[in-house]
Amino acid sequence: MKPSLAQRFATAFLEGGRWKLYLQGLGTTLELTVVALIFGVLLGLVVAVVRSAHDQQRVGRRNPVLGVLNVLCQIYTTVIRGTPMLVQLFIWTFVIFPTQRNKILVAFIGLGVNSGAYVAEIIRGGLMSVDAGQSEAGRSLGLGYFDTMRFIVIPQAFKNILPSLGNEFITLFKDTSLAQAIGGMEMLYYASTIGGRTFDYMPPLLGIAVMYLAIVIVFTWLQGRLERRLRESDRR
Amino acid sequence: MIDVKNLSKSFGDHLVLDGISQHIYPGEKVVVIGPSGSGKSTFLRCLNLLETPSKGTITFHGTVITDPKVKIDQVRQQMGMVFQHFNLFPNMTIRKNITLAPVRTGLMKQEEADELAGSLLQRVDLTDKADAYPSQLSGGQKQRVAIVRALAMKPQLMLFDEPTSALDPEMVGEVLDVMKELARDGMTMVVVTHEMGFAREVGSRVLFMADGKVLEEGAPAELFGTPQHPRLKDFLSKVL
Repeated sequence: MKPSLAQRFATAFLEGGRWKLYLQGLGTTLELTVVALIFGVLLGLVVAVVRSAHDQQRVGRRNPVLGVLNVLCQIYTTVIRGTPMLVQLFIWTFVIFPTQRNKILVAFIGLGVNSGAYVAEIIRGGLMSVDAGQSEAGRSLGLGYFDTMRFIVIPQAFKNILPSLGNEFITLFKDTSLAQAIGGMEMLYYASTIGGRTFDYMPPLLGIAVMYLAIVIVFTWLQGRLERRLRESDRR
Repeated sequence: MIDVKNLSKSFGDHLVLDGISQHIYPGEKVVVIGPSGSGKSTFLRCLNLLETPSKGTITFHGTVITDPKVKIDQVRQQMGMVFQHFNLFPNMTIRKNITLAPVRTGLMKQEEADELAGSLLQRVDLTDKADAYPSQLSGGQKQRVAIVRALAMKPQLMLFDEPTSALDPEMVGEVLDVMKELARDGMTMVVVTHEMGFAREVGSRVLFMADGKVLEEGAPAELFGTPQHPRLKDFLSKVL
């Protein structure tokens, strides 16, 4: 007799306290997301500032060091955005760190470096979205480039990039499932292991799909609230 | 005070300024008029290097500021600039707009700057707006704040880039009044404007620009009374 649907789910989630494994996987997934995001935002900020600083230099006063950095940053964003995430993860795992046992550590690096390239473009877009008159006004008052960025441009850019940054967070959160392919023990890893052990893939996979979805929905809602609050300060 | 020699500026193939030489003396009120596209705003923006000249030199108090080695921020601290679109910082209160630069450049302490902001705002009748944000102000009020924001740096020279062109007609007067008062106090001013009445009343010298050149210059009475160049005659017949 075939087991009922309820039985199949019970096998996948309750038997032998398996639900704990999913939570363990979820913990790793969230950890991967947060660490990679922080890494990505820091990296992205540096790249974005280098690239826009380079673009805003006065003609005839170009800084050669900045020129070299700018080219490096351009290569970085081009390569990372132009190759598949999974290929990058495999290269980190099997080519760059073949002896590293801690696959989560490799995944941190792979995801963070990947995310940084996208975040850099998001931040750069945000910096460019601030009217040129704003930095002209700052500079005309005698403020330096960094003070102008810090007090005038970046605070205004931040509001403009929040939606795209939230989007990047969601993408990154789901992309952590790719870490399974290099042996990172996150949610998908446990789901497929349990699927293999019970010879029934449907319940664990549907289960984690719902978990991913639920978290994205909650996050989207939070993001909407934050954006509404920032907009309110516009009307004042 | 400022000596401009053979200044040229081109954007790509387009020559916007064509070999301008001018000298601006302390206390002078130079008004620049001319049809749109004549290069008058570009000329003004070259004076504090918001635009980098393609050719020529600009000397400010004996310093060749077009030299790439010059610390341009220090030069700009001595030149105030007022823009057509105000360019107040929307993320800060009016007080913070005024005090940010003097404090960050080390010109004064926050308390001093706050005090100065208070007296400057009083001068332009906006004391009650110190804690407001730019979005709560009318165009005329914004421009008056923009003027005192520049004044808070205690500049030796003020540059005005069409300060009334983006204003509703009924607000032009209040901004011009502030500028007239500033002129009476002896500030050196370079003003790009379409307000011929202002040019006539306040200007000590008027430059007429077209096609990137100064075609005619002189005291307002002669320039407006007996224009010589056909382009100027044509221009005046359209605007007066």
